[in-house]
Amino acid sequence: MSASDILFHLFAVFTVACALGVVFNKNAVASALCLLLSLVGVAGLFVLLDAFLLAVLLVLVYAGAVVALFLFIIMLLDMQGGDRKKFTKSTIVSSTLAGGLLVTGLVSFAQRGQVAVAENVPVVGNTLRAYAEQLFTVYLLPVQIVGFLLLIAMLGVIVLSKKFEGLEDIK
Amino acid sequence: MSLVAAPISAMSSLPLAAVTGAFQVSLHSYLYLAAVLFAVGFFGVLLRKNTLVIYMCLELMLVASTVALVAFSRYNGLLDGNVFVFFILTVAAAEVAVGLAIIVALFRRRQTVQVEELNALKN
Repeated sequence: MSASDILFHLFAVFTVACALGVVFNKNAVASALCLLLSLVGVAGLFVLLDAFLLAVLLVLVYAGAVVALFLFIIMLLDMQGGDRKKFTKSTIVSSTLAGGLLVTGLVSFAQRGQVAVAENVPVVGNTLRAYAEQLFTVYLLPVQIVGFLLLIAMLGVIVLSKKFEGLEDIK
Repeated sequence: MSLVAAPISAMSSLPLAAVTGAFQVSLHSYLYLAAVLFAVGFFGVLLRKNTLVIYMCLELMLVASTVALVAFSRYNGLLDGNVFVFFILTVAAAEVAVGLAIIVALFRRRQTVQVEELNALKN
């Protein structure tokens, strides 16, 4: 067992454990922090897959911006704990069943698929230069569209968080 | 190296793995991990009642799909999957901003973020 295999298993167990922590924590703040740890685990997996830039971006964008935004909103809304009421038995049974069925289906799908089992595929350009070449030649139009999407999302957030006078009576 | 050489390398690594009992990390391992992570997120979406925690679980599902994409990209020797994850990260950032703004607007109107109390569309 090589070092990268051991690291894979470590990161995999860590990521899934922290993901379960997100689901089962009563406190929303603790859930957000578990999400942060889970994302760090995923970033480690990205490093094992030679996607260094994506690992850094994941930590910067997700762990930095998104989780911080979540914590900020939790603080803003000032919720008492996570869920106030207990889960009903039917919710627990049905969600466990659905999750189990989903994982069974996905695993059998992955097992049956004719995926390439090449173990020694050379790393193809994981440098910033290779990304830039792809982004500004082949994927130029998607980059532009995503830029517009970000602009529109920003406008939408401004409109959504604005207070409208007179709208409060409509309930 | 093309994928034609793949079965040969896989066969040559098989006896070694059988002797040493080593578990070679393959594409399948990453796919199983992505499936489990996705299912955990899905389970959370169904189970939890706090809108913010549901949203966190949705993010978890999105990240699980990126793991599968990066693994596919790596094991096929391509960069396209990685570039796609690039776009997913961007769209996820925009999505989180809009979603959380909606949740804040909802809280301002209804004073709650628990999904069972948000039943205005019921019946």
